[in-house]
Order: sequence, then C-alpha cells, then structure tokens
Amino acid sequence: MEDIKEMTQKANAQQADKKPLKKVLVICAKGNLEDVYAALIMANGALTEGKEAKMFFTFFGLDAITKGKSDHLHTATVGNPAFMRNLPTMVGGLPGFEALASHMMKQEMDKLDIPPVSEFLEMIEAGGGEIFACKLAADMFHIKKEDLVDEVQDIITVGQMYDLAEGDGVQIIYV
Amino acid sequence: MTQLTINNIPVDVNDEGYFTNPEQWTKEMGQELAATAGITLTDKHYEVIDFLRTKHKEGVALSIRKVGKSGIVDIKQFYALFPGGPLKVSSKIAGIPKPVSCV
Repeated sequence: MEDIKEMTQKANAQQADKKPLKKVLVICAKGNLEDVYAALIMANGALTEGKEAKMFFTFFGLDAITKGKSDHLHTATVGNPAFMRNLPTMVGGLPGFEALASHMMKQEMDKLDIPPVSEFLEMIEAGGGEIFACKLAADMFHIKKEDLVDEVQDIITVGQMYDLAEGDGVQIIYV
Repeated sequence: MTQLTINNIPVDVNDEGYFTNPEQWTKEMGQELAATAGITLTDKHYEVIDFLRTKHKEGVALSIRKVGKSGIVDIKQFYALFPGGPLKVSSKIAGIPKPVSCV
C-alpha cells in the first residue's frame, strides 16, 4: 500500500505538469447585484484555491467599492428578461419593486452564507487579494480615494491594471 | 476510493487524498499530513482542526467565512496558518472530506 508522502509527491508533480492557473485579474464594470457578486465570487474563489487575485473596478462597478453604496446594490427588474419571466415589464417598474426584489435576493444569498458586498471585500483583502479602482471612471464620476471603501489600495490607470496581470498562468476575467 | 498508509496505518482516502472516514484520523496523522503540506502544527492549528472536525460531524457545510466567525482565528490568520488555500489544506489535515463551498 502506498504511503501518503509518496502520493503527495506524485500529486504535486502531476499538478506542476498541468501548468495550473496561478493568478486572476477580475475586472468588474457593472454595478448590479448579480454581476458584482459574480466578480467577487470568482476573485475570492481563486484565493480560497490558493491562487492570487486582483480586482479592478471600473464604470458602474465603482458602486461596489463606494462607501455607502456597496451594500445597497440592486438587480434590474426592468430590461432583465431572466427576472421573473412571467412578470409584466410595467410591474417591474413600479416604485419600490426593484428594491424589494433586490432585498429578497440578498436574503436568499445570506441563507447560502454569501456575505454582503462590504464583508466580501474584507474577506478578499484578508485572503491577500488586492482591490483597485479605475482612474478614468473615478474622474468621470468625480470620485476620490476617500469616497471608496478602505480595502481599495489605489486608483490606477489601465496600464497599471495590465501590470497587475504580469506573470505565468494568469487569466483576465471581465464582468 | 483508495487506501493509503500514514505511519504504516491504513486509511481510506479519495483520489485527492482527503479522508473519506474521519473516524480513522488521529492527531499524529494530522502532523504527518501537515508535514506533506509544509506546515508544522501549533496549538492554534489544532484549535482550527478541532473546530472543523466538530462542525463536520454536526453536518455543517464549512466555508472560510464560518471559520472566520469561529472566534478562533480571523480570515487573515486562517490564510496564514494554512497557506495555499486555507479551507482545502486544513480539511485535508483535519481528516475530513474536501469542502464543496464556493464562498
């Protein structure tokens, strides 16, 4: 019977042959609930698997890392054909409907142990992930570093963003 | 399922080396498993391992967030104790099946 040490050595050698993914750069350009969560889950998932993760938030994605906004993201109830497909579009546009739907979605997420956005950002930072904001979008929306949550390391240019993706075994994921 | 030996004692594991029967685990095996991951276990490691084994026995789906809220370690400390994917690595050392959480 094989010993655990031999098995581990073999497994490590096989893993190296696979040229595994080492780092992800996740770009989040959207400010709706589902896309922001997709970005956060992919970045955090990389960290939990022992890979590096960097995040770059741009355009409406900046809402996810803006103080006072990050935990109040909405999912679109109008112009979103996958949302309650039998619901008439006009009902989705009633005042308060989007907030209610978003609130209910957050409750479902909580049941699955998915944290609020602000806590998710803390988790990513605690796991060694790095979070950045886009300079051009920040300028456009008149957002300064102090408007952003503490986990944001810096406001950077697109060139600096590409520097984050340097190295072997890196993938850029755009949300 | 495969059988492996740790300190010449046979144990049941899956293809990735995770225990399929946590009852077969001993503290000494934990040390051996940690050594293969390049980790020397401290009291803090054992506290986390105890937590994982207890929660697993209770049928709780483990996640990094739950460990972070355990009161034993915060998430940053958890990553520091078990480098290279804290929940995966610690579960392997703790002799429990591989966690399936995406968060």
